[in-house]
Amino acid sequence: MQTPRILPCGDSALTVEFGSTIDPDINGMVLALDDIVRAHAPAGLVETVPTYRSLTIQFDPAATDYDALLRLLTAETKDLAPRNAVGRRWRVPVVYGGEYGSDLEEVAEIHGLTPAQVVDIHASAVYRIYMIGFLPGFTYLGGLDKRIATSRRLHPRAKIPAGTIMIGGEQAGIAPMDMPSGWHNLGLTPVRPYVPERDPVFLFAAGDEIVFEPVDASRWEAMEKAVMAGEPVAEEVRP
Amino acid sequence: MIDLTVKSCGPMTALQDRGRLGYQGFGVSPSGAMDRRALAMANALVGNPLETAAIEFVNLGGAFTAEGGDLHLAIAGAGCSASVDGTPVAPLTSFVLKEGQTLEVGHPRTGTFAYLAVAGGFAVEPQLGSLSFHLRSRLGGLKGAPLQAGNRLPCRPEAQGGEPMQLNADILEETGPLRVMLGPQDDYFTPEALRLFLDSEFTISPQADRMGFQLTGPKLEHAKGFNIVSDGIVDGHIQVPGSGQPIVLMRDRQTAGGYPKIATVISADLARFAQMRSGAGVRFKAVGRDEAVAAARLMKDWIAALPTHLTPVRYALTTEHLLSRNLIGGTVDALSPAQHE
Repeated sequence: MQTPRILPCGDSALTVEFGSTIDPDINGMVLALDDIVRAHAPAGLVETVPTYRSLTIQFDPAATDYDALLRLLTAETKDLAPRNAVGRRWRVPVVYGGEYGSDLEEVAEIHGLTPAQVVDIHASAVYRIYMIGFLPGFTYLGGLDKRIATSRRLHPRAKIPAGTIMIGGEQAGIAPMDMPSGWHNLGLTPVRPYVPERDPVFLFAAGDEIVFEPVDASRWEAMEKAVMAGEPVAEEVRP
Repeated sequence: MIDLTVKSCGPMTALQDRGRLGYQGFGVSPSGAMDRRALAMANALVGNPLETAAIEFVNLGGAFTAEGGDLHLAIAGAGCSASVDGTPVAPLTSFVLKEGQTLEVGHPRTGTFAYLAVAGGFAVEPQLGSLSFHLRSRLGGLKGAPLQAGNRLPCRPEAQGGEPMQLNADILEETGPLRVMLGPQDDYFTPEALRLFLDSEFTISPQADRMGFQLTGPKLEHAKGFNIVSDGIVDGHIQVPGSGQPIVLMRDRQTAGGYPKIATVISADLARFAQMRSGAGVRFKAVGRDEAVAAARLMKDWIAALPTHLTPVRYALTTEHLLSRNLIGGTVDALSPAQHE
């Protein structure tokens, strides 16, 4: 593992960069350092933002001893091991294809597979939440089987519905709300990763895992009703 | 209950405070007031903690009435005129809007953003710890929405109290190029691109909003492509997409992004930049951490000292005295480190 780089982000933040690729070990280091910085809570700390490959630390420049912060980061990243605690694993029900996943057939055709095979491949992987960003609750998922990795659409859509289960390149995601997207829609879940009025507001956290469970469209209405009533519907399961 | 009722306002008029901290790791933008100096000035005038939520005006003014009682109010920011039932309100002076009276706020004339604060703050429930409205998160403001005609903003009993005050602080009127610290991805650009970035004038395009200000100018060439694996974004980051035209990311920015960031506007210069309008020219100057931190401290101290510069309006200073103090159009470079030491 290369030595992490500490990059300036103006006077009120810095980014500790562990690498430049999407890699579970690099992401594990990011999350491990995030745990450490939060636990130390150095003077002036405002918040931390973990991403795929780096941790951005925001602070109040007038209340922070920058040199002490650098010393802490240098010392703590020296023999850092990826966070070994496994996050929670969530089972997310998905209705695939048809009106629920308008790109399923096209994706199948691109890879010379049947739609059922694409569903099978998509639903048998375990996905890791590398980071949450772009929109509140938007999960950047790694773990997509390369057999169905599909480059982004030539013409992005201005709006896809909340709950869209989508893939783009080697990434996968769940739309937390209506959003623009250039990814391919495979299905739809009634699960809402982000509801401002619900407790918890956010279902998933970086470091959690997600598995998708294909369900029949006949169950949609009941699941949607449960979500409207504030239930998560995504189920926490043991790995 | 006393309400401030909205009779009319622009489409992006909304509540803003210091911003929503602690949720960027879940994709929630901090948002918050675009000009924290002006937010603090409006709050100081009505005796509030300086980061209390106020109504932020964006390009347009509005009209309001007091219902159920009198309200102690103040306006600060980009040179809005204001009047109560047709009688002009002096700038940087708090005033009482009596029950049934109408406050008319003109459009910001010297910038884009202005703030209307009420004594005691608005009695609105925060969401995730903040009243700051953020469009894409559907958070803050009034139930996740900006203000519109007919809205009633509930105020606290303190809204009636407090004596009208005048703010006599010298305005922090910084001039000169916008100060930046290079990085985090300045190594993604050619030496020529870095030179052009620091030596050229850019123009603020009409695509400038609370998320970011698109600039136009010479094309900044990438040395290693323009796609990076998404990493964290902070206020003031200057990202350069494939077009080679920089975008300065502002309060409503995303929490992470996949374009290289050539530099970051220092925190002390961000409010000044926010008040620059589309069509304005902007130049950048690279500074080191020491200068940036000194400027941040000076700004923080200046804001913290605002409540010590208040005078009751009944002892109001004469116009001549105000002008002699450079209150309007002052050009004191109060952020130079030499003056700080």
